[in-house]
Amino acid sequence: MNAEVRPVIKPATASVGTLAAMLAVFSRDVRVAFRQRQDLLNPLLFFIMVVTLFPLGVSPEVAFLKQSGAGILWVAALLSVLLSLDHLFRHDFDDGTLEQLILQPQPLFLLILAKTAAHWVLTGLPLVLLAPVLGVMVHLDGNSIAILCLTLLIGTPVLSLVGAIGAALTLGLRSAGVLLSLLIIPLYIPVLIFGTGTVAAAAEGAPVAGYVALMGAFLMLAVTLAPFAAAAALRISLSNS
Amino acid sequence: MWQFFHKLGSPKWFFGIATRFMPWLLAAGLLLLAAGIVWGLGFAPKDYLQGNSYRIIFIHVPTAFIAQSIYIMMASAAVVTLVWRMKLADVFVKAIAPVGLVLTFLSLFTGAVWGKPTWGTWWVWDARLTSMLILLFLYGGAIALDRAIADEKSAARAVAVLLLVGVVNIPIIQYSVEWWNTLHQPSTFKLTEKPSMPAEMWVPLLLSVLGLYLLFGWLACLRMKTEILIREQKTRWVKELVLAGRG
Repeated sequence: MNAEVRPVIKPATASVGTLAAMLAVFSRDVRVAFRQRQDLLNPLLFFIMVVTLFPLGVSPEVAFLKQSGAGILWVAALLSVLLSLDHLFRHDFDDGTLEQLILQPQPLFLLILAKTAAHWVLTGLPLVLLAPVLGVMVHLDGNSIAILCLTLLIGTPVLSLVGAIGAALTLGLRSAGVLLSLLIIPLYIPVLIFGTGTVAAAAEGAPVAGYVALMGAFLMLAVTLAPFAAAAALRISLSNS
Repeated sequence: MWQFFHKLGSPKWFFGIATRFMPWLLAAGLLLLAAGIVWGLGFAPKDYLQGNSYRIIFIHVPTAFIAQSIYIMMASAAVVTLVWRMKLADVFVKAIAPVGLVLTFLSLFTGAVWGKPTWGTWWVWDARLTSMLILLFLYGGAIALDRAIADEKSAARAVAVLLLVGVVNIPIIQYSVEWWNTLHQPSTFKLTEKPSMPAEMWVPLLLSVLGLYLLFGWLACLRMKTEILIREQKTRWVKELVLAGRG
């Protein structure tokens, strides 16, 4: 009757499926991040602070904030993603996990995709969730806030994916933070333009489906191409050290 | 054909060829550029709308044109670096990146100088100006990355990856900047639209573009030779060359 009992522990030689490996990388990154909660909170605080600077530095008038609120939120989100990118590979690089990752039989670009997904869940997604509150603070109306969150939801994964290339290229370099920004900001420009442009179009009552579809196209392009570039960059950086 | 390809990978071979071609490049480049600029600045007819101020076109357009094509050349060399690991491709990218940066800056600068009398302002957030500015950032990023990595081979390959990512992005950036421009800026300023340039204008323009191309070729050879000497300083042929030069 007990013929169906399976061994509890799989033999060590059994190879893990690609999807399982991706899931393992993803859940490991999330777990590690939750053990250092302050690191999770910092980009969010930065996001709020940068948004606060604009009414203080430029003008607290409702008309100004209404007009430029979406742009301010987008720029702040972009900067805080940029700031968090340094963490994407840094710790794994320092303790050697990254080398083990490269040695895995699974394709490296898929593992990087999983890592980037974890990065987005830990930084991009909280920004999207926080955006409505800040949207109210800069006097955006309800519809604009909804569109803004939609564009952030589609746009922040692109930021994480493209940023992963920069993070991989600057891994292990001195003053990597500034260099990373120099490399990546020009590549972020299209996402920023379409992110804010969509909200501006919605505010004028124009249909936004086309713009949203274009942002979706950016996302697809980034999902399919960026992990390859990041994997190539990672191999170069690790052969370097 | 493959033999040529393999030869191209040899820095020594290139050094010899470049030394032979450089005087010709320099002479032809200077001649064409001088002809184009003298003709353009001195003898081409006035523009009926802009008067004499349009004449900066004979400097502005060549710099902008070549600044853009240098990025494409660098990206093509980047493919060679990544696929065939050819030493000379690395040298090429490293040598011409600063040239591209300077030419991009010059085209922005001459554009600003041209903009003042034509549009009444030094800078307009126009689609073309903005995308040139972004090109300047891309050059700056590539150079900064190259300088930051100590190991030559890794630096060349990292820059190659960055250049390829950049070249995929350039059309997207160009398109989105144009779209942004039409969205945010109703046509307050427009380039005065000329009804097809007469030959007396475009021939000198073509001459100066070709001349600057040849001069760029000369400068690229010069910079590549210097870079080769630095990289190959421990080889025998460089030592012999330097000793012969001294003796």
